Amino acid sequence: MAAQNLQSVPDQPAVPGRDEADEQARLEAEGQAYFDKVMAEDSRIEPKDWMPAAYRKTLLRQISQHAHSEIIGMQPEANWISRAPSLKRKAILMAKVQDEAGHGLYLYSAAETLGQSRDKMMDDLIAGKARYSSIFNYPALTWADMGAIGWLVDGAAICNQVPLCRASYGPYGRAMVRICKEESFHQRQGFEILLELSNGTPAQKQMAQDAVNRWYAPALMMFGPPDDDSPNSKQSMAWNIKRFSNDELRSRFVGMMVEQVRVLGLTLPDSEVRFNEETKKWEHGPLDWEEFKEVLAGRGPCNAQRLERRREAHDDGAWVREAAAAYAAKQARKHAEKEFAA
Amino acid sequence: MSPHGNPEVPASSAGDVESSAAKVPAGPAGPASADSGSTSSVSTSSTSPTPDRSVWPLWEVFVRSSRGLSHVHAGSLHAPDAAMALRNARDLYTRRNEGVSIWVVPADAIAASDPDAKGSFFESPQGKDYRHATYYTKSEGVKHL
Repeated sequence: MAAQNLQSVPDQPAVPGRDEADEQARLEAEGQAYFDKVMAEDSRIEPKDWMPAAYRKTLLRQISQHAHSEIIGMQPEANWISRAPSLKRKAILMAKVQDEAGHGLYLYSAAETLGQSRDKMMDDLIAGKARYSSIFNYPALTWADMGAIGWLVDGAAICNQVPLCRASYGPYGRAMVRICKEESFHQRQGFEILLELSNGTPAQKQMAQDAVNRWYAPALMMFGPPDDDSPNSKQSMAWNIKRFSNDELRSRFVGMMVEQVRVLGLTLPDSEVRFNEETKKWEHGPLDWEEFKEVLAGRGPCNAQRLERRREAHDDGAWVREAAAAYAAKQARKHAEKEFAA
Repeated sequence: MSPHGNPEVPASSAGDVESSAAKVPAGPAGPASADSGSTSSVSTSSTSPTPDRSVWPLWEVFVRSSRGLSHVHAGSLHAPDAAMALRNARDLYTRRNEGVSIWVVPADAIAASDPDAKGSFFESPQGKDYRHATYYTKSEGVKHL
């Protein structure tokens, strides 16, 4: 495959003889030593470097899930493009949805450098075999949800993603830098939608509050399960993929939201939010982790709808892919004939 | 649901997705359900068994951010040919005026140095500090030097 020269897939000798096995072991040990050194120096691993199989697997899972989330994440907002309240809002929403597509593609590219083909990832998503962020399985019921998604969901995403810009895997970090630059517009436009509704009629203000009420808890759960129930976190932190724990990031996010919700003139649907003077951390009320697990397992309010829509879009686009391939083949033939004639 | 249908009616058939959805994608290649039965006779250069599933080549994208600067690697993408690669690169990497010029290069046309040869390949400049201006300290304090 074309990406081969950008990957390192260690060649396995077909029938390892004794010498080959020894040589293999020596290379592994050398690779591990180099990898450990890179980790200790907080430097970066690049696609062709040796890396432990578990590191590759973890990254592949995380990056592909991240890519799927961006792609599925287009749906709740795309559904509102045709109902945006003004031409300006429509243009903004289209730009945002286009950004999400772009983010998905940056991330698929990063995942491919680990040796997974893009088609395989797409197939896994469509077949319902891949995970994506649980947040996108909740419905966007009103226009105010466009505001709440931008402010809370993209806000939480930014909180999560800024430290990922320093992830130890080079292509992932670089994709995240690009994504973070673009995300801040997403959060601000969401904030503005809510601010305008909040300063509108009482009914509009109520709509904004209702959207915040519904998205608050799911947004907090985007950071993942509590630290004592997050088995992979520790290893990811040791590998410098993850820089802060789930609870740490969640607590920071709550602190930011507390400030910002005041400016909006709205409230967070959580009476237990407080700053703990002892730990110097923000605390929040209990979250429904059973619900989180249900949604992740495919039993959320919109899972089936999201996958069905993705499948439809993929099938509907088949003729475009075929036509582009046919055109490219024809052009290549023409070019070859010209070359031959010359 | 139609693309512009009733926004977000919670699916009544949420249970349709069986719990296998919970499985993580990183496992060994399962049976990929390429169910778009449409088979065209398009064959793009290679020997792909199912023509409509043939993999578009990978292109590396380089963007010049403004006149006077060099093209810098921005990322990669898949496209069937150079013209499409350029258009896709424009949409993917220059949505915010990031560039005034784009190069796309087939990824397999790039020759790269071997990362395992790090030491020996880049050995030559080592120990040759005298190639840097900072090596020469006796002129310190002398103006315009």
